[in-house]
Amino acid sequence: MTEIFGVPTQALFGQLLIGLINGSFYALLSLGLAVIFGLLNIINFTHGAQYMMGAFAAWFLLNKLGLGYWWALLVAPVIVGITGVIIERLMLARLYKLDHLYGLLLTFGLALIIQGLFRHEFGSSGLPYPIPQELAGGTNLGFMVLPIYRAWVVVFSLAVCLATWFVIEKTKLGSYLRAATENPELVRAFGVNVPRMITLTYGFGVGLAALAGVMAAPIYTVGPLMGADLIIVVFAVVVIGGMGSILGSVVTGFALGLIEGLTKVFYPEASNTVIFIIMAIVLMIRPSGLFGAAK
Amino acid sequence: MKHQRIAFLLMVAFFALAPVMIYPLFLMKVMCFALFACAFNLLIGYGGLLSFGHAMFLGIAGYISAHAAKVWGFNPEFAILAAVGVAVLLGLAAGLIAIRRQGIYFAMITLALAQMVYFFCVQAPFTGGEDGIQAVPRGRLFGLVDLSQVFNMYVLVLAIFLGGFLLIYRVVHSPFGQVLKAIRENEPRAISLGYDTDRYKLLAFVLSAALAGLAGGTKALVFQLASLTDVHWTMSGEVVLMTLVGGLGTVFGPVAGALVIVAMANYLAQLGAWVTVVQGIIFVICVLTFRRGVVGELASFLKKPL
Repeated sequence: MTEIFGVPTQALFGQLLIGLINGSFYALLSLGLAVIFGLLNIINFTHGAQYMMGAFAAWFLLNKLGLGYWWALLVAPVIVGITGVIIERLMLARLYKLDHLYGLLLTFGLALIIQGLFRHEFGSSGLPYPIPQELAGGTNLGFMVLPIYRAWVVVFSLAVCLATWFVIEKTKLGSYLRAATENPELVRAFGVNVPRMITLTYGFGVGLAALAGVMAAPIYTVGPLMGADLIIVVFAVVVIGGMGSILGSVVTGFALGLIEGLTKVFYPEASNTVIFIIMAIVLMIRPSGLFGAAK
Repeated sequence: MKHQRIAFLLMVAFFALAPVMIYPLFLMKVMCFALFACAFNLLIGYGGLLSFGHAMFLGIAGYISAHAAKVWGFNPEFAILAAVGVAVLLGLAAGLIAIRRQGIYFAMITLALAQMVYFFCVQAPFTGGEDGIQAVPRGRLFGLVDLSQVFNMYVLVLAIFLGGFLLIYRVVHSPFGQVLKAIRENEPRAISLGYDTDRYKLLAFVLSAALAGLAGGTKALVFQLASLTDVHWTMSGEVVLMTLVGGLGTVFGPVAGALVIVAMANYLAQLGAWVTVVQGIIFVICVLTFRRGVVGELASFLKKPL
C-alpha cells in the first residue's frame, strides 16, 4: 500500500472526500446564512433545525408518499421554505426595527421548539434513508474507491452555490437584492416591493438549508439533532469567511471542510476543534474575516 | 435608591427564610444560577455584549473546583478560588478574541469558543468524559465548618451569591459601569471621548467570566458533581433565557429569571423533550411581546429602576 507522510493514501483520500462532503454542507449552510443576513440583518439560528427539517421532509416524502430522492430534492426545500416564509411573516417581520440581537434570540427559541418537537416525536436515534438507486455504488479511481453518491453531493452543492452566486451577482433580480441590502428605503422608492423581497429571501435561504438536509439524509442518519451542533461550526465558518461576499462563504466552506478532513488524518484529537482554532487565529489577524469588508 | 434597598432586603429575606418552606438544594441551585445570570447580565445589560458561550466559564469552573476538591484534596474555599482563577484566564483568552467584533458576530464567536471548550472537556482525561466528576467531597470550609451539613452549605452559598450580587451592583454604579453603558449606547462616541473601549469591554468580560466561574465552582460543590451539561451550548442558551425572562439590564431581573427557569425545569423534568419546547416558546414570547422581562415590567409599572 502506498503512503504519504506515513499515512496510507487510501485513508488520506477517504478523509479528504469526507472533508469535501462536510465542506459542501458548510458552504451551502453558510451561503444561506449570508444571503439571509445580507437582507434581514438577522443571524438565522434556526438554520440547523431547518436543515434537519429538510432531511425529515425527504424521509416523509419517501415513507409516507412514496416520493423518492429526486422529488425530495425539489419538494422538500419548497415545503421548508414555505414554513420559513410563515415564520418571517408572523415573527421576524416584527423585529426589524429592534436591535438585531433579538432576531438571534427569536430564531434560537424557534430552533429549540422545532428540535424539541421532533425529538419528542422521533426520539434521539436516527432514521435511515437509502441512497437513490441511480447514485448507488462506486467507481474505482485506482488510488481509491469513490462512492458515486458522495461525488454527486460535492458536484451538486457546488453547482447550487455557483447558481446562487450567479443569480445574486449577475441578474437583474440579484441587483435589486444587492441594492436593497445597501439601502432598502431607496429601492422601495423605486417601486420595488422590498418587504416581499425580504420574505422570499428568507424563504430561499431556508430552502437552501433544507436542500442541504435532503442531500445529507443518505449520508448521515436522519435525526432531530443532526443540525444542532453543525450550526455552531457553520457560525465559525461564517465568522472566518466574513459575510461580505457570496463566493467568499462558498470558498471558505469547502476549504474548511478539507482542512478538517486533513486534521482527522494527521491529528485526529483536534479534528473537532480545528475550525474554532482557525476562527480564533483569523479574528486576531483579520477581525472582519477573510472576505469581509472592514468596517 | 431607596426602593432598590427595599427590594434587596426583600430578596435577602426570601433566600434566608425560604429554606423553611422550600427544599434547600433547590434554592442553592437557584442562587448559583442567579449569580451566573447576574454575571451574564453584566455583559449584555450594561455592556451590550451578548455572549452566547457563557456555559464555558460555568462548566470549566465546575470541573476545576470538583477536581481540586476531589483529587487534590483542596479545602472548599481554595477549590472555588482555583475555579475562579481558571475562569479568569479563560475569560481573558476568550475575551481578547471575542471583543474584536461587535453585535451578532460577538455572539457567534463566543458560541464557537464555548463549543471548542466543550470538545476539550469531552476529550480531556480529568473531566471524566460522559460520567463527569462524581461524588465530589464538600469538605470543611477553612478546615473548620463542615459543609456536608446542609445548613452550613446553604449559608455559604447565600454569602457567595449576595457577595457576587453586591459586587455587580457596585460595578454597575461605578464610573466604570457608566463608561460601559456609554459604550453600549454609542461606542464611536465613547471612543471619541477618549475611552479605550476595548479595555473596558475586556475588563467587563473577564469580570463576568470570573463571577460565572464563581457560580460554577460553587455549584459543583453543592451538587458534588461536575458534568458536560454545564459546558454544553444549551446551558449558554439557558442563561440567556433566565436573563431575558427576568429583564435584560435590570439589577434584580436575572435573579427572578433564574428562579422562574429553574423552578420550571424542576417541574417539567419528567416531560423530557417538552422542556426544550417550553423553553423555546418562552424565548419566542419574550422576544415578541415581553422584551422588558418580569422585573423590567414591574419597574416600568412602579416607574423606578429595579
